[in-house]
Amino acid sequence: MNAGEKDTRASERAAGNPQSEEARRRQRMRSFAIAAILLLLVVLFYAATIVRLGGNALNRAI
Amino acid sequence: MEPTVGDYVALLKPRVMSLVVFTALVGMVAAPGHIHPLMAGIALLMIAVGAGASGALNMWYDADIDARMARTASRPIPRGRITAGEALSFGTILSVGSVVVLGLIVNWTSAALLALTIAFYIFVYTMWLKRRTPHNIVIGGAAGAFPPMVGWAAVTGGVSIESIILFLIIFMWTPPHFWALALYRCRDYERVGVPMLPVTAGAAETRRQIVIYSLLLVPLAAAPYAIGLGGLAYLATSIVLGAIFLVLAFDVRRVTEGRDGDRAARKLFLFSIFYLFALFAVLLVEQIATKVMA
Repeated sequence: MNAGEKDTRASERAAGNPQSEEARRRQRMRSFAIAAILLLLVVLFYAATIVRLGGNALNRAI
Repeated sequence: MEPTVGDYVALLKPRVMSLVVFTALVGMVAAPGHIHPLMAGIALLMIAVGAGASGALNMWYDADIDARMARTASRPIPRGRITAGEALSFGTILSVGSVVVLGLIVNWTSAALLALTIAFYIFVYTMWLKRRTPHNIVIGGAAGAFPPMVGWAAVTGGVSIESIILFLIIFMWTPPHFWALALYRCRDYERVGVPMLPVTAGAAETRRQIVIYSLLLVPLAAAPYAIGLGGLAYLATSIVLGAIFLVLAFDVRRVTEGRDGDRAARKLFLFSIFYLFALFAVLLVEQIATKVMA
């Protein structure tokens, strides 16, 4: 590695490397989207189970 | 450039999706029996997701020709907003997810029909027929005609003559609808090598076929009344709108030259959207009124 390249890497580190910042932001957005979809599925399956159980959910023996 | 939520929404073909959801809703409301509103909502959501997924997969496969057609050049893949690989993963995950969730929560008949709809649109229409035969949209039209059957099956768990009639109406409506569009977008299709009927058989034959399919469609559209699915309001609507449809179809046959020819085709194309929407809307209102009064 020559002196010029070393300088570039150092200045990128100092500036926080915008390329990897962008990649990290995209990854974060994707993770939020996947989390939201998983949460929606949990809610859907929970609600559908309650509907299918109907009154039996409340009518169980204690 | 970073893809936005809007780019992913565009990948789902929201306008096509809205017609799919609407016709599925009509199938669901018209079906005998009861479905819990939550189950109905989940069924409609999964039908919407499945329809959107097939739109995304269609855009993945057709990205090369979409980039060269005026109507489709602004789609997310040709614009470089989303990569073809991203569209493929997105469409595949949503396709499988929508079918599995519909099957687990509602029933497996409707899930199988949704899977058939997606598979038919991607494998039969997009990959096999679209670039090979001028009958692409005749046979491929079945994919767009399945949603009322999916909605019906979500309620009843089966298929019946009524849901088949709803299927046939959309199936028969598709050729005059798309050929009217193809008449005034002919050059686009020709340039990218998609063998739409005006490209392979010429405008005159396309106009003749539009009239033939319209003559088959209009009496078929009255069939829901004959089997007791639609009432008098539906019959009246199908007759009046059917007559207008035929007038516009014959106009397309009669006015063949220049801008007036294009205008006649465009008029039929736009009216055909209203026609299908109005038929199903009247059926929906009648069915809701009948069920509320019962």
